Amino acid sequence: MILGDLAKCLLRDFIMNFKKEFKILLLFAGIFLLFYFLPIENIRLQQSLVEALALTKWYAQEHVLLCLIPAFFIAGAISVFISQNAVMKYLGAKANKLLAYSVASVSGSVLAVCSCTVLPLFAGIYKMGAGIGPATAFLYSGPAINVLAIILTANVLGFELGFARAAGAILFSIIIGLLMHLIFFKDEEERNNNAPAMVLGADEEGRPLYQNAFFMAVMVGILVFANWNSTNETSGLFYFLYTYKWVITALFSLGLGVILVQWFKIEWWKILVVAIITAIFALSIPAYPVAAFTIGVAGLTIILNTKEGEPQDWLQATWSFAKQILPLLLIGVLIAGLLLGRMGNEGLIPSEWISNLVGGNSLQSNVFASVVGAFMYFATLTEIPIVQGLIDNGMGYGPALALLLAGPALSLPNMLVIRSVMGTKKTLVFITLVVIMATITGYTYGMYF
Amino acid sequence: MKKLQILGTGCPKCNKLAEQTKEAAESLGIEFEIEKVTDITKIMEFGVMMTPALAVDGEVKVTGKVPSVDDIKKMIQ
Repeated sequence: MILGDLAKCLLRDFIMNFKKEFKILLLFAGIFLLFYFLPIENIRLQQSLVEALALTKWYAQEHVLLCLIPAFFIAGAISVFISQNAVMKYLGAKANKLLAYSVASVSGSVLAVCSCTVLPLFAGIYKMGAGIGPATAFLYSGPAINVLAIILTANVLGFELGFARAAGAILFSIIIGLLMHLIFFKDEEERNNNAPAMVLGADEEGRPLYQNAFFMAVMVGILVFANWNSTNETSGLFYFLYTYKWVITALFSLGLGVILVQWFKIEWWKILVVAIITAIFALSIPAYPVAAFTIGVAGLTIILNTKEGEPQDWLQATWSFAKQILPLLLIGVLIAGLLLGRMGNEGLIPSEWISNLVGGNSLQSNVFASVVGAFMYFATLTEIPIVQGLIDNGMGYGPALALLLAGPALSLPNMLVIRSVMGTKKTLVFITLVVIMATITGYTYGMYF
Repeated sequence: MKKLQILGTGCPKCNKLAEQTKEAAESLGIEFEIEKVTDITKIMEFGVMMTPALAVDGEVKVTGKVPSVDDIKKMIQ
């Protein structure tokens, strides 16, 4: 008997292990075949590989230190210091409807910093809170207007497109929400009667609103001026701002130092030491302000890490954003470079295909961009290098905006989750509305820019 | 036997909460089981929207953040 059991057990282990091991074997075989047949001597592939590296180098030089790193600190600060409960109050079942729509359309900038929180929040607002209208409004605008997305879109694709993306997302999220509410008005009333209650954590005593606002404004100031681009003008306000951009950045950084001492109770001498070292770097090698900037960030990191409580929480949140997003972005940029290349240099996909499908600003191009965007899955922020590659290959600005709007809001995997929350019919209507709205926004934008 | 449920769709923060909870429960030396609730509709039944969240014996103790191990100990006891 015992022997028989043992044999059974061993057999089961063997089968289970075999299943697991077999997957690994398949993976190895796949990678082996890929390299076995890799047409490395093909000139086009060689050029594309160089393009992938060149694009990644450009990102590393232009976007990581001055843009992404401050953006991570801002996103971390938002997720730690801004009370989400305070925002959710306006999205509850008893909330004022008008207010609920406005809050839902803009709160993504604060609540959707991590893309994995968007769907639970959407489901919560739908099931326990203000209902289908505000829930779908939040779902549409959230991923497009989170701080990181806005900052990187404006930094890589230009201010106009960044602004159009945020404004388009907010405006059309309200319209989509209202339409969903009107279409499914009857269902809503029945459902509301047996909704579970929303559990919100206790409201913690945070710092006053004006302090938070000031703190965020100073960090946004650092971000904006460190990235201030030169213009063609040689006089006027913008030229003045460009000439003194590092002085202005330094002043904002000084402001941040004062805030850290006053409101975060950081020891003043720590800030002073970092400020002096940063200043020495800035004055001794003025040709490379990036060096001083990096020293300043490193100093800030050490200071935050040596102070328990809020400063450490802030650093931890910042670090978890960086850990989550940087690897995805690296892979996204490499793949975008390989497939799409850069301006004037084709990647693996011929430019002609792209300009045929989404070139110009025809209705057809916009529809195509919206539909593809709706179904395709973009890992956090990777829509940006991909859209950049497409624009360099001849995609029009209208379709680009359509893709940016429909892309992060929907993907095949999250459609399935949305369906499990609100059913097939409502999901289909929502997808249709997203595609239509993204198309209209893109088309309108394309006519003017 | 305490039933510790981690509510979350599987983002890094949820895994961190699971780790910290395990650590807290082990250091208290109590009998416990940890369950990860990843299905969004089940999470909604708890009334939770801000993930990750921790429920002890079916009662939600914290939402939307990962508390320190010491704080979790207090919630479990």
